[in-house]
Amino acid sequence: MFKHEWLETNIGLLAVATMLAISIGGLVEIAPLFFIKGTVEKVDGVRPYTPLELRGRDIYQREGCYLCHSQMIRPFRDEALRYGHYSLAAESQYDHPFQWGSKRTGPDLARVGKKYSNEWMVQHLVSPRSLVPQSVMPNFPWLLTTQLDYSDIKERMRALRVTGVPYSLTKAEYDANVKKFGADTANMLDINQAEKNLVKQAQDGNYDGDRSNISEMDALVAYLQVLGTMVDFRKYDDDEFVKYR
Amino acid sequence: MSVSKQQAHVPQTTGHVWDGDLQEYNNPLPNWWLIAFYTTVVFALVYWFIYPAWPIGGSYTKGFATITYTNDKGETKTVPWNTRALLMAETNKAEAMQKPYFDKIASTPFEQIAKDPELNSFVLSAGKTLFSDNCAPCHQQGGAGKVGFAPNLTDDDWLYGGHFAQIQQTITNGRHGYMPPFATVLDDKQMTELADYILSFEKIPVDPASAKAGDELFHSETAACYYCHGANAKGRQVIGSANLTDSIWLWANVPDAKTVADKEDAIKTVIRGGLNKGVMPTWKERLSPDQIKLLAVYVHDLGGGQ
Repeated sequence: MFKHEWLETNIGLLAVATMLAISIGGLVEIAPLFFIKGTVEKVDGVRPYTPLELRGRDIYQREGCYLCHSQMIRPFRDEALRYGHYSLAAESQYDHPFQWGSKRTGPDLARVGKKYSNEWMVQHLVSPRSLVPQSVMPNFPWLLTTQLDYSDIKERMRALRVTGVPYSLTKAEYDANVKKFGADTANMLDINQAEKNLVKQAQDGNYDGDRSNISEMDALVAYLQVLGTMVDFRKYDDDEFVKYR
Repeated sequence: MSVSKQQAHVPQTTGHVWDGDLQEYNNPLPNWWLIAFYTTVVFALVYWFIYPAWPIGGSYTKGFATITYTNDKGETKTVPWNTRALLMAETNKAEAMQKPYFDKIASTPFEQIAKDPELNSFVLSAGKTLFSDNCAPCHQQGGAGKVGFAPNLTDDDWLYGGHFAQIQQTITNGRHGYMPPFATVLDDKQMTELADYILSFEKIPVDPASAKAGDELFHSETAACYYCHGANAKGRQVIGSANLTDSIWLWANVPDAKTVADKEDAIKTVIRGGLNKGVMPTWKERLSPDQIKLLAVYVHDLGGGQ
């Protein structure tokens, strides 16, 4: 039999061996993904969130939406029929942390963007059962009445920049974004213009139906309406993404 | 009983002795457990050869299993097993099963579809699923609509037309309701007169003089309501303006208003603030033309189709 007395009587060695044993799962299943070519598909259109969408994402996390809603359409036929094209790794490349979720009490939201009107989103968030009688989603009426705090939007973008999201601070970074995403998107990703961009998008988009102020609803609806809409799948063959697997 | 059984069984010890009298029993795992364990090990070995498994540098072992599918260009491809190809293969199979029905729907004129019992049952079952997921969130299950939000699809009042082709057009491209606000154009009295004029169509007891003044205002250049709602106030489907002469209400909740004054107020709110809602998303990017045609038939046959 295996003699483990030497291991069990050396507490330091036991600790190291225990850590090695429990990290095998991660080392085998997660670490290689960072090295395998094709983990993140090459696809056009995916960009970091605009300042307003980013605040909406923060609210999405604050309210715990991810506890009941996933953002991960798996490559199964029933999911494709209901939710649309399966999610690509590329589509969450700028998400820190990603919102794939692990529980669907409500439907998947990976492609909810543009599926319903802004009015529907507002009405449904304020009072879900007024539109979907069988829904068990809580009401979120305060989103409409709470002013959006965007005083620290620059800091939030700067923090994400550290993790590798291409929000630009310097001219060189800005120019790189123009090259990568085009001028309009590059402007949106410029940290120096963040507040101005946020206000403008909220005013132009009028997501909550009230232009007199910027509510948390504006931000959340802006975020929800962009989910899953960045990649134009009509541009790709239907089996384009098979080759990455 | 269990105690005596335990006593009868004297387990071996590992032979270690601490502090003179502390011993450790050596209870080997039961054989059934060990066999199950080694079976999973063998299973894993087999699995590694069949399916994608081990990472190697920038790639991974792809396994011997393959999937064959046909893409939209008609090319048949065989690739190592993966879930994306599996989805393609399963979609191919399901589409092949549905294809005869969708082909028939595409080639059959709208009016004929409901008359073919087999096609009709396909429309009813597929349409119910499509409607529940895509349409019911606004138009409600069954298409009853919601006052102040989305129109009823089961009555014969249609903003943009209730013929098959018009419904198909609406689903394909979406809609966006609009009415300009009149807060700065009309004063409160004028709005009341207009409301009374509209309510008079419903035989609601309003002041006849006020309704008559509203009639004139409606057709005047001041309010110019007739531009959009038509001289007969029956609306114009080309622009989606509402028929004001029937008792069906979408934005002003007249039926639920108790008193005449409340009914007037409901209408005046719409006149004052206008409308910039009633947004129906476009579905051409989410649904196929065949699915949209099928939905048009389904919606038409909810009861209100013309």
